[in-house]
Amino acid sequence: MADWVEVCAVDDVEEEDVIRFDYGGRTFAIYRSPDDEFFATDGFCTHEKAHLADGLVMDDIIECPKHNGRFNYKTGQAKGAPVCVNLMTYPVKVEAGKVLIQIG
Amino acid sequence: MADKIKRDYSLVGESTRRAIETGLASAEWYHTDVPRKVMKELMQRSDGPAIRDTIIWIVAILGSAAGGIYFWGSWWCVPFFFVYGVLYGSSSDSRWHECGHGTAFRTRWMNDVVYQIASFMLMRNPVTWRWSHARHHTDTIIVGRDAEIAVMRPPDLLRAALAFIGILDFRYSLPTLVRNAFGKISPDERSFIPEMELPKVVTAARWHIAIYVVTIALALYMWSFLPLMLIGLPRLYGSWHMVMTGLLQHIGLADNVVDHRLNTRTVYMNPISRFIYWNMNYHVEHHMFPMVPYHALPRLHELIKHDLPVPNPSTWHAYREVWPVLLKQLKYEDHFLKRELPPTARPYRGEFHEVNMSAAAE
Repeated sequence: MADWVEVCAVDDVEEEDVIRFDYGGRTFAIYRSPDDEFFATDGFCTHEKAHLADGLVMDDIIECPKHNGRFNYKTGQAKGAPVCVNLMTYPVKVEAGKVLIQIG
Repeated sequence: MADKIKRDYSLVGESTRRAIETGLASAEWYHTDVPRKVMKELMQRSDGPAIRDTIIWIVAILGSAAGGIYFWGSWWCVPFFFVYGVLYGSSSDSRWHECGHGTAFRTRWMNDVVYQIASFMLMRNPVTWRWSHARHHTDTIIVGRDAEIAVMRPPDLLRAALAFIGILDFRYSLPTLVRNAFGKISPDERSFIPEMELPKVVTAARWHIAIYVVTIALALYMWSFLPLMLIGLPRLYGSWHMVMTGLLQHIGLADNVVDHRLNTRTVYMNPISRFIYWNMNYHVEHHMFPMVPYHALPRLHELIKHDLPVPNPSTWHAYREVWPVLLKQLKYEDHFLKRELPPTARPYRGEFHEVNMSAAAE
C-alpha cells in the first residue's frame, strides 16, 4: 500500500496555481484548481526536463514554462505538440488543513 | 575548445554529438530572478489584445489586397502590394511564432487557427516548424542542435542579403513542402520531430501544395499574375521586414552558450515595426520567459532590464554594431560580439559555457 505523504498547508498553494514538492529523490507538482480542489502530477514535463511548477495554471491546464506544452493536470492527459506523453497523476487528499499525496 | 573545431550545422553531425557529450544540449539556462507572483501575473493570457490586433491585421490585409486588385495594371497598385506584401510575408512570421507558443490568445483554437493560416503564408510546414521551434528554445544557437540558426559561421553575407527578398527561403521552403507532400522526411527533420507526428507533416504539406496548385491553375486560367501576387509571391516581395527584424535576434552574438543574454538581442523599435513583429524585439526577454505573451513583454522588459545588456536603441544601430563583427567572422569565425552588462546585472558565467570568452574582442 502506498504511503500518504504530507506536502504543505492548504494555504501554501494559491488558487489556480501550482507548487513544487520534492520527496524521496522525486519531484512532484501540486495544483490547486480554480474550484479549490487539489491535484498532483509528476513535477517534470514529459517532453523535456522542465519544472511544471514554474508554469501557468489555467482552468484544468498546466502549461510547461519551457515550450508551452499543455497537460490536463486532473487527468495527466497531454493536450498536443510538443507534448505527446501523458503525465503521471497521484491521489491527493486534504486533512486538517494539510495537503497529502499518495506516492506509489 | 569549440574554436579548434569547424562548426557543423547539420543536426545529426559532429557538432550534434559534441553538444550532447558536453552537456550543451538540453542544458539548464540562466534566468533572471523574477518573483513567482509577478511572473504569474505576466504570464496571464487574455484574448483581448490579440483579437484587437488580429482584426486590425485582417482588415489591413483585405484592404490592401482590395486596393492591389482594383489598381492592378497601373502603378497605383504598387503601394497597396507593398503593404499587402509586408502583412503577408512578414507579419505572418510573428503571428506564426506567438500562436505557435500558444501565448497570443487565451483560447486555444484561436491560436491554432491563426497558426495554421500564418504557417501557410510563410510556406512553413506547421508541424515541422512547431517542433523545430521547440528545439530552438531548448538549444538556442547551440551548433548541431538548433534548427533555426539564421546566419551560420563563417557568415554567408550574400545569402543573408538575398534573404531580404526571400529568394533563398522560397527556394528552400517550396521544395521542402513538395518533398514532404510526397512523404519524404529528411534525417534532420526526423532528429527533432517525433515518429508519431510524421504523418501530420505529410498531410499539412499536401494541403499547402493543393492550395498552390489551385492558385497556379487560376493564374493560368486568368492568364494573369494577379492570383500569385496575392498567394505565394508575397513570400518573396514582402519578407524583407521579417528578415530585417528577425536576423537581429541572434546574429553576431555568441553560440554554444547557455545564457540568453550572450546569444540573443533586444532592440528598441518603432511602433509600426513592433505591431508587425508583435514585440519580438524584446527577444532576450522572450527567450528567458517564453510563457509571457507578446503584449506583456514591454512590462517584463522594464522589470528585468537591470540584469540584461543595454538594448540597441534602433534597428539601424543594431546593424551598425553587428556589421564589423560579421566582417571579422569571415576570417575568424570564433569571433563574436559580447554585449556589456549594466553594473546592476549578475555577471556572465563564462566557465559554464563551452565558448572561449576571451575570443570576444568587441
